[in-house]
Amino acid sequence: MSRPDDVERAAPAVAPPTLPLVPKPVVRRSGAASTQSAAASTDAPQEPRPKARAFKPGEPSRFALRTKGRARFGTFFATICFLATLVGVLVLMVLLVDLLRDGMGRLTLTFIDGFPSRFPDRAGIKPALLGSAWVMLLTAMIAFPLGVGTAVWLEEYAPDNRFTRIVETNIANLAGVPSIVYGILGLALFVRTFSFGRSILAAAFTLALLILPVIIIASQEAVKAVPNSIRLGAYALGATRWEAIRHQVLPLALPGILTGTILALSRAVGEAAPVILVGALGFISYVPSSPMDNYTVIPFQIYNWVSRPQMAFAELAAAASIVLLILLLTMNAAAIWLRNRYTRKL
Amino acid sequence: MSSIHTPPGDIELEARDLTVLYGQTPAIRSVSIKVPDRRVVAFIGPSGCGKSTLLRCFNRMNDLVPGARVLGEAIFQGANLYGAGVDPVDVRRRIGMVFQKPNPFPKSIYDNVAFGPRINGYRGRMDELVEQSLRQAALWEEVKDRLDASALALSGGQQQRLCIARALAVEPEVLLMDEPASALDPIATQKIEELIYQLKQTYTVVIVTHNMQQAARVSDFTAFLYMGEVVEYGPTQGVFTNPKEERTESYITGRFG
Repeated sequence: MSRPDDVERAAPAVAPPTLPLVPKPVVRRSGAASTQSAAASTDAPQEPRPKARAFKPGEPSRFALRTKGRARFGTFFATICFLATLVGVLVLMVLLVDLLRDGMGRLTLTFIDGFPSRFPDRAGIKPALLGSAWVMLLTAMIAFPLGVGTAVWLEEYAPDNRFTRIVETNIANLAGVPSIVYGILGLALFVRTFSFGRSILAAAFTLALLILPVIIIASQEAVKAVPNSIRLGAYALGATRWEAIRHQVLPLALPGILTGTILALSRAVGEAAPVILVGALGFISYVPSSPMDNYTVIPFQIYNWVSRPQMAFAELAAAASIVLLILLLTMNAAAIWLRNRYTRKL
Repeated sequence: MSSIHTPPGDIELEARDLTVLYGQTPAIRSVSIKVPDRRVVAFIGPSGCGKSTLLRCFNRMNDLVPGARVLGEAIFQGANLYGAGVDPVDVRRRIGMVFQKPNPFPKSIYDNVAFGPRINGYRGRMDELVEQSLRQAALWEEVKDRLDASALALSGGQQQRLCIARALAVEPEVLLMDEPASALDPIATQKIEELIYQLKQTYTVVIVTHNMQQAARVSDFTAFLYMGEVVEYGPTQGVFTNPKEERTESYITGRFG
């Protein structure tokens, strides 16, 4: 760094200021003496320095190393963790195998494309499937902008005061409220007060409220994960706060936001309890065509079939569960795909 | 301290009695300093002496620090940057900044440079501006064939020069550099220093550095800050070879800091 030719190249036109590495004899303070002795130590004959661990034969070691025992415990712990993983995976496998065994026989085109029926051989889930699709779409359209907007406000705009903290705590608590409670709220607010009736819209608003806290928290984490240096970099170029958020923060946070949203949506799609409360129909013989139509959703259809005594309806429930699982797995795969796609683009 | 040193030539930037408080703690106290037009001024001093804080006063980046308060005046071309009606967004376009750690946006090289001009409503040809900015930052030859590549694929030194190009693209008048080479290896550092020498033909440069050889190499004037005050300010050669204050001498000879 201090080689003279460096100085030449860095500032060719001006005379390089000579560096006062040792500028002029100044009265040395006591601290400076150590540098002299350090320099001297390389040349002068050295005193014998004691080794750090002077080993005297016959003396008992001060460490009980037990290397083997410690290694065995590590293996033991890893095994326990593996078994814990196995329990979850096995239970899931059993569940899937059981479902497939019961439902596969019923999973036909008539089933996918058919309407509910008293006769198990003719019964299908078309209205429930499309009802779920409608509800999911509207829920996403309501919850996504609200959730992302809240998260951006909390992370980027809100002052750090008592009000903000209360809001944040409440959102975290709302994420833990049972879904049936949201059903009651939806019934009172959307079905009755807003007179949406037993419509897809009422269900979508209710489910949107249900998953809103999850979307907000996931989006907050994603926005928080954007390094502050990126914001400062944008500000330093004359960006307004909105421009920094719009062009730098949100694109970086988007994969996390999308992942959180899709996972939250798949939870909403699997919910039966709140939808029952806000008026999904047990039997529907037509396909919903507008947000104000009556509807049913797959989880409720499953619930309906399961509660019947005949074996054939249990099989239908299993088949509907398979459809629901496929739907959820597809959504999760979409979440992963979106995340990877946007992360790679960076 | 002694009376305020007034460098020759036009004064581009000036701090007048500038105090910055983080909560109740003052980071700099009644600092007054004059930065001449199209020269390089270096702020040196031990960690926590307030040199970065002083630097950030000049483009109002301290506004973004919660709890920071700025008292006094920072004058840019005769107008107080903290006066009523001054928009910090406008200030930051005219007074650019390069940070200690290279912070390119996780986008393409092209978009990194084009972002500033775009948001500031640049009306000329973007491709030309991007090329010109990258040339000014001595990066064009290295990246001209891969402008669409991610900026994060560049080396640390290239990233820092990209950040300089990005800052130049909005056509500022002053460039503030906060330890721009402290995260770089000696070769990348040397490139940045050569660049600074080029830049002062066009821009006023204020650089904060921990590296005293660097201050000696690149700057025309040096201010030594200690405990939130300017201890000594003057032509670099004078400050380094013949410091007037004992604290300056102790610092530059490496006795503390």
